[in-house]
This record gives sequence, C-alpha cells and structure tokens, in this order.
Amino acid sequence: MTAEKPLRRMAAPEKVILPLQQHLGAPNRLVVKAGQEVFVGTLLGESESFVSAPVHSSVSGRVLRIDMHLTPQGKSQLCVFLENDGRGELDPGLASPGDWREMEREEIRAAVKRAGMVGLGGATFPTHVKLSPPAEHPIEFVILNGAECEPYLNSDYRLMVEEPEAVLEGLRIIMRAVGAERGIVAVEDNKPRALERMGELVDGEELQVRRLPTRYPQGAEKVLIRTLLGREVPSGGLPMHVGVVVSNVGTAHAVSRFFRTGMPLVERVVTVTGKPIREPANLLVPLGTPFEAAIEECGGFSSTPGKVLMGGPMMGLAQYDLRVPVLKATSGIVALSPEEAGYQTPDEPVCIRCGRCVDSCPMGLVPTFLASCAHFGKLAELERLHVDDCIECGCCAYICPTRNPLVQLIKLGKQERAAARKREAAVRKASQGGGNSGGA
Amino acid sequence: MEHRLIVSVSPHIRSAEDTRSIMCKVIAALLPVTIYAVIVFGLSAVWVLAASVTGALLGEAAMQKGRRMPLTLGDCSALLTGLLLALTLPAHLPWWIALIGGAVATVLAKGMFGGLGHNIFNPALVGRAVVFVSWASYMTGSYAVNRAAEAAAGRPVVSIGLANTAAHNALQRAVDVVNGASPLAAMKVVYDPVGALAVPAVQASNYYKPLLLANPWGCMGEVSALLLLLSGLYLIAAKVIDWRIPVAYVGTVAALSALAGRDPLFYVLAGGLLLGAFFMATDYVTSPISRRGKVIFGAGLGLTTFLLRFWSNNPEAVMFSILFMNALVPLIDRYLLPRPYGWVKKGKEGRAEA
Repeated sequence: MTAEKPLRRMAAPEKVILPLQQHLGAPNRLVVKAGQEVFVGTLLGESESFVSAPVHSSVSGRVLRIDMHLTPQGKSQLCVFLENDGRGELDPGLASPGDWREMEREEIRAAVKRAGMVGLGGATFPTHVKLSPPAEHPIEFVILNGAECEPYLNSDYRLMVEEPEAVLEGLRIIMRAVGAERGIVAVEDNKPRALERMGELVDGEELQVRRLPTRYPQGAEKVLIRTLLGREVPSGGLPMHVGVVVSNVGTAHAVSRFFRTGMPLVERVVTVTGKPIREPANLLVPLGTPFEAAIEECGGFSSTPGKVLMGGPMMGLAQYDLRVPVLKATSGIVALSPEEAGYQTPDEPVCIRCGRCVDSCPMGLVPTFLASCAHFGKLAELERLHVDDCIECGCCAYICPTRNPLVQLIKLGKQERAAARKREAAVRKASQGGGNSGGA
Repeated sequence: MEHRLIVSVSPHIRSAEDTRSIMCKVIAALLPVTIYAVIVFGLSAVWVLAASVTGALLGEAAMQKGRRMPLTLGDCSALLTGLLLALTLPAHLPWWIALIGGAVATVLAKGMFGGLGHNIFNPALVGRAVVFVSWASYMTGSYAVNRAAEAAAGRPVVSIGLANTAAHNALQRAVDVVNGASPLAAMKVVYDPVGALAVPAVQASNYYKPLLLANPWGCMGEVSALLLLLSGLYLIAAKVIDWRIPVAYVGTVAALSALAGRDPLFYVLAGGLLLGAFFMATDYVTSPISRRGKVIFGAGLGLTTFLLRFWSNNPEAVMFSILFMNALVPLIDRYLLPRPYGWVKKGKEGRAEA
C-alpha cells in the first residue's frame, strides 16, 4: 500500500511526549528538570548500566513537565513532556564522534551508546550491546536485515531505495565495531528496486546482496540466519553464538547518520497505513509524536478504524488511546477496518489436526500441542515441546482454519511456566535457608 | 479523534481458509467421480449417495443435540463423511444399509469420541467396516452379478458347488473371474500357479483401461482411477492435503508389488487404493500432524495394504490398513515431531547457556 510512497519528513507537533525508557534493559535516570530549555538532540535521560540506551529530545523548546503517560506498550511510564518552539535548533553540544575508519572498536561502541541507538525493528535491544560480543565468539558476518519484519511495513525498504549509501555505511561501521570481515545485505525478492540499488553499491566480496524468498517471518533474525547461512542459533542462544550479528536497516541508517552529523536517535521512519488511513505514507517522525498527530499528517481516518496497531498485523500491539507517543520501537502505525479487525475466536476451539500450524512454524514446533498444553496447564509438557523456542510470530494463529488462538495460548503458557519456575526457585531458596538456620 | 478501538493480542489478521472452506474443497474434488459413478451405475447410485449422506447428517445432528452442543452441520464435515462413505459402497447396496452406515460413521466413530477433531478412526471407514461385517453378502460383486442374473433369468440363480480341492478352488475363482469378481481377486487366481493354467488369457495389463476409465467391479468411488488421480492432484495443488501420505502410500504399494514380481501399476489402480490414499488416509484428524510422521504413516499404510492384499483372503486391504494405521497415529505423533530450530546437536552443544 505504501511501498512506492517516498519518505516524507513530518514537522514536529507542538508537544511531544518522550518516555524515559525506550529500550530493553536497565531504566534511565532523568537528567532534565521541568521548565528547562532543550534543543534537538539534548540528553533527557541516561543510565550508567551497560544494557541501556539514553533518550534525547526530538524538538527544541522547553520541558513542560515530567509525568506518567500511557505508552503504546499499554502501560503508563515516566515521560518527559516537551513544548516545541518550532525553531528546530540543534543542541550546541552535538558533534560527529569522528571518522569511524580511524576509531577503535571500543570508541565506536561507546559512541553508539551515547547516540541512544537501539534495534529499530521493534525489539529495541541496545545496539552497542549487540556490537560487543565477547572474544570467544568471533563475528564472521554482519547481516543487514532488509526483510521487512512484517507485511504492511515499508520503513526499511524506503531507506534502502532512497538512502542506500547511508545504509551501507552503517553496515560498514557495525562490521568494524564487531570485527566482521563480511557483510550481507538480505532483501526479500518482492523488493526488486532495493535489490537493484543495493546491488549497484556493493562489491560482492566484502559486502554482498542476497535475495530472500518473501515469506513472513523471514525478517525474524533466527529465520534469516538459517535462510542465508544454513546455521541455526542454538536454543536459548544469540546470533553471536554462530558468528553472526544481525542489524536492522533503520538502525544501520541511524548509526551512519550519527557518525556523519552527531545527531542521536531522535526520529525514525514510521509506515502509517491501513484501509482506514486516508493517505498512507512513510513518514520520518520525531520521536514522541503522538500517534494521532502522525495519523493526522496522513489525512486522518477516511473511515472508522476497528483497530490501530503499533507495528504490523502479525505481532503489532493494539492501541486503545491514540495519544500514545511514537517510540524508537514504532516501525509502523497500522489501522485495520472493523471488518478486518473484528474476527472472533470461538469459545470452544477445536483442532482438526490439519497440521497447517506445524508446517507454518518457522521454529519447527507443534503449536497446536503447545496451545492445548497451555490451555490445560500442563507445564512440564510445555517444556518437552520447547515452548521457550517460540518466537511468537503468529503464523500458527494466522493460518489456523478453526481460528484457534494458538500463539495467544502459547504466550500465556510461556508466562505461566516462567512464573512457576520463579515460584519453585523461591521455594527452593526458602527451604534451603530454613535448613541452614535449623542446622545452626 | 475519539474512536472505539478493538484491543486484542496479535496476530490481528487471519487467513481466509477455514474448516468449512477446506471441507468444501474436498467435496468439490470428489464431485467429478461422484457424478461419473452416477452415470456408470445409474439411479441406484443416487439412492446410496442420498442415504449415506442423510445418515451421516442425522447422526451428527443427533449426537450434537444429545450432548447439548451447538449444531455444526454448517462446517460440512458430516456431509463429507457421508459422501466419502457412499463412495466406498457398491452402487447396488440397499439404501437402508447406506443410511445405517452413515449414521454409524458420525455417531459411533465421531460423536462418541467427542466430535470433530477428537476421533481416532476415520469415520467413513468405520461406517464402511460396520456395513462390511454386518451385511457382507450385499457388499460383494457376486451379489450384484447374481441380482443381475436373476433379473435376466427371472429366477434365482444357484451357484455350482465344487469339491474343496486346491485345483477346484482355483477353478471356482477362475469362474468368478469370468462372472465379474473384482480384478484383485482375479489376479489372485492369475498369479496362482493352478489358476494361471485355468485362465491363461487374463493379464494384469488387461485391467488398466477399465480401471482407469470405467471400473464396473468395485464400489462407486473406484469407478475411475483417472478421475481420482486428477482430483487428488487438485487437492495437493490447492494445498488442502499434503502430498506425503498419498505418495508414500501408493509408492510403497507399487514398490513392494514390483519386488514381489507382480505388476505394480495394476496394484496401484485396482481396488480402493487411490480413493483411500488421496481421500481417506489424508483425513486430518486421523493422520499424523508432522511431515515426517506423514511419510511414516504412508509407508506403513503401503506395507499393511501389501501384506493384506497378498497374504489375506480378505479383500478389504485398503480399509483395514487405514483403520489399523489410524490407531498408530498418536504413537507417531508422540515420537515423530519436527526437529525444533536450534536443537541440531543433541545433548552437549544443543543448547547454549542462556
């Protein structure tokens, strides 16, 4: 719907709301006060903890207040409310960290951390952590993930077509940071223009472009690594365990931009699309922009929406209040019509054992068995069937002809198993403690 | 911008395929052979079809009413069961037997196990098995021949008894061949040293054409192997069934027949093999859920059918093979699941430290 819509930068709205934590990991500490003046790129929150990423202002203006606000994850979180003065003045402290070709790995990583980079595919894992594999896991390949994570979304595609040089430079920076000799740009075969543009710019030796079959969830990193290299990330492991680092196209683009201009992560590409959206578009959106402002930028709704998602239709999060802000994790804002959104799962789902979920599972699991074990609370059986290897891509529930809520039940089963493990650990600890004191 | 938005867990879209559309595709695939059977066998085929389907629908409805469950005749699964059962019956069968068969299929084999998705055995084949053991004489080809002969002669025909010696038995079977016994029974005679003497003119290849185009000996669904093949290929192309079960099943039968020195093509075309392989063995509920399991299941079916056809006096090799292998499906599903991603090297290095 938006594949051929060029990127368009949207003006920052009058107010932006920036949650203090937009990454997976340790929470950030607030470094600004209400009333303080800020510029584009001014630091708002940071943490000394390794697994964290700072948050920067996306507008110039003033801190209105610091308060709890609903975020797209469905929870209220501490947010910095900023008033935009419309001047877009850059923070005077912003400067390129230098020529990355001259920099040591450690310096590149430290700079990437300062820039607040996280995986822009949606998982928001801090990028510098990914760039710091321990010495016992040498990295052979960096894979640039150009397989869009979900249908409907085109943010990575547009960057590859419109700014291929910046994307490839980002890839080279990441390769240097992890000491990888080779980079692979992986693009799905439904994006011939991206394949072409990328192909023109790589040498085929150090960097190569690989065509992937278009098949969701091709963009899931474990699936991607298997397709490209025939390697499987061990269960519970990370790509680095098979000598690979996978980076999202948007992340690479943001990294190269930071090294050129010193601009930290304050905006991202958001695909705003779906039947109820009047003029679907690929927008460059300042972080913290409320969803409703981004939708308004696309002409608003042309018909009543049934659902509005952050992310794509397979793994996206359904929103109930459109005042939530665009986050580093917001790859798309997808609206579905009431007809598209309104399917019901049956009260008493039946499995006709057609095997479609089994054939569709990219992780080789048996979703229907997992779901029924979760339904009946058989936690040990869930473990035997490798419930923790589920990547929650949703293929099973999508394909199920009896409309079984398969992935939904599996997610529930995972949580229950995790909770049970926690309880067991607590009980073990308590009983050990008791034993000790009894002995003393 | 106030909107009432639906909130639910992902995924937010669904494939259009549902149970009903799958069942309807299988029914559509069976229509050519059903219509052709009516053309070949005439009006009696219609009665058997109607009675079998009615029995299956009544049985399903009665079970669901009785168990106070919602009526789900709309999913077309009971309709398909009735149709499949009818296709495994001879066209000359009295209608009331077909009706009972249909009801047995959905009540005994399906409803009593908990309904759609819970049965262990293929409902249509259980229906057929019950009919077969209860009214065996109505099921055989000689019943039809005798009825035709009676009609022609206007009086009952008494079959000629012969002394019970091997040579005489072979001769008796040879007579049956002439009288219209099923091709498989005929080939038993042909491949028998004594029988071969009795009917030297009969070759397996003589049967290719009638089996492919218009088979008068078998049940309704066996009327044309060619149509079954085309319908089966359609179901595979439409991704309704997986190719593994029919290919493994038919392939195993062909390979074992060839190894036994018999004509493999004949054994593929004859009897209920194609009907069973494409439409019965591929029943979702009663076949393994994984691809690996499906291959084993198909090969097991082929082996059982081969054994029953070559060493059993019972003519119902395909039916009993499928029912037998149905019983092994839970076992196959327990041990032949797909290999999960990331568990390549078992034990030592399989799992990284999390």
